[in-house]
Amino acid sequence: MAKLHISTTINGEPIEFLCDPPQTMLEVLRDQLGLTGSKEGCGSGDCGACSITVDGRLVCSCLMLAAEAEGHRLETIEGMARGDQLHPLQKKFVELAALQCGICTPGFLVASKALLDRNPNPTETEVRYWLAGNLCRCTGYDKIIRAVMEVAADMRETAR
Amino acid sequence: MNNIQYVAPQSIDEAVAAMAAANGTGRVLAGGTDLLIQMRAGVVSPGIIVDVKKIVEMTTIDETSGGYRIGAAVSGAVIGEHARLKKAWPGVVEAINLIGSKQIQGRASAGGNLCNASPAADSVPALVAAGAIVTVQGPKGRRDVPVEKIHAGPGRTTLQPGEIVVSFTLPARPAGSSDAYLRLIPRTEMDIAVVGCGVSLTIQNGTCTAARVGLGAVAPTVLLVEDAAKALAGSRLDDKALEAAAAACRAACKPINDKRGTIAYRTKIAGVLLKRAAGIAAERAGRK
Amino acid sequence: MSSQPYKWIGTRPNRPDGADKVTGRARFGADFNMPGQLIGKVLRSPHAHAVIRSIDTSAAEALPGVKAVVTAKDFPEQPNVIVPTGEMQVNLRDVTRNIMAREKALYEGHAVAAVAATTEAIAREALSLIRVEYEVLPHVIDVEEAMRDDAPVLHDHLRTEGVKPEPQKASNIAKRMENIKGDVAAGFKQAEIVIERSFTTQPVHQGYIEPHATLASAAEDGQVQIWSTTQGHFQVRGFCSRLLNIETSQIRVTPSEIGGGFGGKTVVYLEPVAVRLSQKTGKPVKMVMSREEVFRASGPAPGGSVKVKIGARRDGRIVAAECTIALQAGAFPGSPIGPACWTSFACYDIDNIQVIGYDVVSNRPKVAAYRAPGAPISAWGVESALDILAQELGMDPIDLRLKNAAKKGTKTSYGPTFDTIGFVETLEAAKNSAHYKSPVKPGYTRGVAAGFWFNVGADSSAAAHVAEDGTVTVISGNPDIGGSRASLALMAAEELGVDYEKVRPVIADTSSIGFNFVTGGSRVTFATGLAVVNAVKDMIRELKGRAAKTWGVDPEAVVWENGMARPAGSNVGEFDPLSLAQLAASAGKTGGPINGHAQLNVQGAGPGFGVHVVDLAVDRDTGIVTIDRYTAAQDVGTAIHPSYVEGQLQGGVVQGIGWALNEEYIYNSKGKLDNPGFLDYRMPVASDLPMIETILVEVANPSHPYGVRGVGEVPIVPPLATVGNAIARATGVRMTDLPMSPPKLSAALDAATPRMAAE
Ligand SMILES: Cc1cc2nc3c(=O)[nH]c(=O)nc-3n(C[C@H](O)[C@H](O)[C@H](O)COP(=O)(O)OP(=O)(O)OC[C@H]3O[C@@H](n4cnc5c(N)ncnc54)[C@H](O)[C@@H]3O)c2cc1C
Ligand code: FES
Ligand code: FES
Repeated sequence: MAKLHISTTINGEPIEFLCDPPQTMLEVLRDQLGLTGSKEGCGSGDCGACSITVDGRLVCSCLMLAAEAEGHRLETIEGMARGDQLHPLQKKFVELAALQCGICTPGFLVASKALLDRNPNPTETEVRYWLAGNLCRCTGYDKIIRAVMEVAADMRETAR
Repeated sequence: MNNIQYVAPQSIDEAVAAMAAANGTGRVLAGGTDLLIQMRAGVVSPGIIVDVKKIVEMTTIDETSGGYRIGAAVSGAVIGEHARLKKAWPGVVEAINLIGSKQIQGRASAGGNLCNASPAADSVPALVAAGAIVTVQGPKGRRDVPVEKIHAGPGRTTLQPGEIVVSFTLPARPAGSSDAYLRLIPRTEMDIAVVGCGVSLTIQNGTCTAARVGLGAVAPTVLLVEDAAKALAGSRLDDKALEAAAAACRAACKPINDKRGTIAYRTKIAGVLLKRAAGIAAERAGRK
Repeated sequence: MSSQPYKWIGTRPNRPDGADKVTGRARFGADFNMPGQLIGKVLRSPHAHAVIRSIDTSAAEALPGVKAVVTAKDFPEQPNVIVPTGEMQVNLRDVTRNIMAREKALYEGHAVAAVAATTEAIAREALSLIRVEYEVLPHVIDVEEAMRDDAPVLHDHLRTEGVKPEPQKASNIAKRMENIKGDVAAGFKQAEIVIERSFTTQPVHQGYIEPHATLASAAEDGQVQIWSTTQGHFQVRGFCSRLLNIETSQIRVTPSEIGGGFGGKTVVYLEPVAVRLSQKTGKPVKMVMSREEVFRASGPAPGGSVKVKIGARRDGRIVAAECTIALQAGAFPGSPIGPACWTSFACYDIDNIQVIGYDVVSNRPKVAAYRAPGAPISAWGVESALDILAQELGMDPIDLRLKNAAKKGTKTSYGPTFDTIGFVETLEAAKNSAHYKSPVKPGYTRGVAAGFWFNVGADSSAAAHVAEDGTVTVISGNPDIGGSRASLALMAAEELGVDYEKVRPVIADTSSIGFNFVTGGSRVTFATGLAVVNAVKDMIRELKGRAAKTWGVDPEAVVWENGMARPAGSNVGEFDPLSLAQLAASAGKTGGPINGHAQLNVQGAGPGFGVHVVDLAVDRDTGIVTIDRYTAAQDVGTAIHPSYVEGQLQGGVVQGIGWALNEEYIYNSKGKLDNPGFLDYRMPVASDLPMIETILVEVANPSHPYGVRGVGEVPIVPPLATVGNAIARATGVRMTDLPMSPPKLSAALDAATPRMAAE
């Protein structure tokens, strides 16, 4: 199987890698690029633990071929903090105990950021539906939803 | 491991050529939300994957003299952000937007939903109700087909080898028209429809002058239920007409018992959803 | 509420592992790799029940890139004996057969062979080259069917334990047990009203988001290292040692961060196989289950049946109670039938109780623990029956429970007499909650139920070290599954009188700390917490000794207060207090490093009780249930870090709601699982739920210095009946089989009100 040579941008850095055509983006992120922050909970698009954004769009990296990254901009959990500053969502998740085991957390953070980038003033229902593709078995979602709502409110406050 | 190839052509002609060259082992890749799962499960093992997302005609939405042309590979998220399309065809857009999660929406296309040929595909009953026309291109050129003619059975389509769905055309329609799509799922999200029902209708002076009804997950293919449409058309959408249409939907059902629902349940729900969807469509069409 | 003024306990600081877990740095099971590692994959039985005639691995072995293939032959036979492995009682003969089928495949997904290859793709291809000759046998899944005389028998050697005379014939009923208090027959004679109903549940899965994963490296000198996602790395060590005949000290297990377990990661599946493959190849071997494998082959919880009979007087006083419970153990004996029986009536002070339980094998994966194992199933029956009783008596359901509530001094049906417990307080808290006092919205109805769990103590070890600058490391041996690092650090800070920020908790591997029982049974904050407190006490003793040496006084003349050594009184002499940092700085001169250690086996975990209230609506046309409001009140002892206590309640409630409404294993006629994925195994998603309100009732546990009780198990016990009771009150239809999914509920509603389906 001839390897494909892919040039892409991940978390702002130009990256090149070789992959087999059927390899998923998640496999390449985790096994080749060492970006193990994206998790595989199912490999079938059901759990959202592998969430990344591609040109700002939220997708499951387990349902994307690595070859499709060519020429696009990818963001993963590893690119969320700026320097030594956690993103407000990351901070709030810790403060409000919005994680227990933490396996779902990278996916929730990436998905929540994609929501707030688009809609800085979501209702609780909007947050719940936006995050319906992210499964969490530990928290019952309560503290996750609260954290996202609070960050949205804080960010509106600062923007004012 | 077999020798899989990946290509991402810029034009439909190239894509059709790549499919033709693959001798039946080619697979179109749109959002991949069905294809990658089937590859992982070993259900399909393509020789060549033809990614169509670099083809402009397949990834754009155009307005065409009152109607719309939606590229077959446009993602649900992009469709949902098209304000004018949403206003004109709220039922079609809500059906496409019900597919999967926000993550799935970032990739999943109406073309993939149709070509995957699941009887439970959410966008299809709405597209059937809308009277959408599908433009198909293959080795023998282009043709236009009514959307309800594409499904042949679970996982099977009437597409000829090497044919690619290029786009959907939603016709122009008179004022006082609208549509709606409802599905039943056990949870609020992330489920495959137990039953799906799309209704498109036109109301003039309180009377329904035209109607189409599409029904999903109750038979081997998505159904165009003409008897239900007949029951609605000409009526004032009163309880009697709605019940007659619901009865027509129930009569059209040829469902199976499976992990998602029973025959009795699916049949009952087909009627329930018809009434509710017709009510929403009528409201949207401006019924007072 | 607790009267003791604490500085740290009861506060909500950031967890020590917070930054790692929000940045993707934290390493979970599948995140470990070693140079030169191979990938291991398991071949699984496609049949629910089949004799394995032969296995031909030659073609797989010949495939380039394949380095080893193992089958049951590569694992030594084990005796038919029950041994303690870590905390659990397991039959070694069964465990070795569960990790690799021998004579028979006993469930679809049962491992029959495994390969190690240079890539995952090659490993997969190798699996397809292994030829297994099966003789397919009739199978049985359902517990009632498995108990019938003519059911296909799974194990020819299995005789029902606990019946007399000893049976001669093989049966799927592994065990019959009973616990009896008083005289039920006499009790029922006093009853003015008797409720008798049968209830059933389907098997469910723990549903942790992280699949099982392990990396094993067996070196040429016999030393073995394992990295694994587990609730008990000491159990992994114990199992691997026994199953592979390796001396325990040769094995070192490092726990990864763990992505949920809920009881399901207290057993082994992959680890012994990975070690064996590594031994055969001389290379590290990594194995990760797919989600489908997790569903088909890892520990689900049982389905079961519960027959309940409750007799009461008109004033609501229960005079007699009886129940018969049968649980699916899966392919090998060992369902949680004990706890299911013991917890059934534990909430109530009833003079006459008879509980009979059956442990039944069937062609399903061997069950593993799932949060309060067994208790939700018996509570589903008992708490539903109590609701019927309340309805028939016209009594408020909380008042009925208050009238019969267990208290300090109540003797349980299974033996112990309760010390201080908080059931009455919890019932009252629920009754006085804003939720219960609010009017029910039009279109909605309210349901109530209660639940109980013993909580567990058992073995823990801990150590504490002071560094040169006076900061502290606390070392324990329980994987942190939901914030336990924070709770342990809080207790250490409180005990030591130093800032929480100065205490760093670390989870050590099996070779770096003494034995620890699993993270499970809600024991870590209680038992390991106690070990940490004792280790810190040990360290304080040492610190006082160092101060005494510095001052030239008796150690007894030194007290430890607010993080400082002080003279016990003015008669000791005038000395400036010595801070932890000062004592640490001068440690070299006063006797070297300052450490503390503790090990313990504790009882007295302090039972917990929960009372839940739900408001929900039922769409009568579709059978869809919408939950509008949910409140969980629970006696939590002392909430060390209240956010994580609330989180335990909220998470347990939502798992219970899933169990009640949509989660179930669906088997087809061939005994194959039809829904081995998250799309059709329907766990609740965020949009299915409202916020989950919690009321933490703090009735301190007298057996713990800070009053800690376990909190993690109780919250999954009440929701099944809470939801069912509300549905019954909404519709007039009492559902008796879980899940109450839309098709089932709709059919029940239609059967109760015959009318044109969609009228
Ligand atoms: C978690 C999850 C949830 C889902 N939920 C839903 C749901 O709620 N409702 C629902 O209906 N579906 C659902 N699906 C299924 C799937 O997302 C949809 O069917 C989606 O619309 C498929 O589109 P796609 O672009 O991803 O298709 P792809 O996977 O790219 O393609 C699907 C099939 O169609 C073929 N194909 C694609 N485009 C063309 C074309 N233009 N011409 C010819 N052949 C083509 C492909 O070769 C492939 O065989 C879900 C899937 C997942 C993973
Ligand atoms: S791993 Fe991609 S959605 Fe679960
Ligand atoms: S915190 Fe464990 S799955 Fe979400």
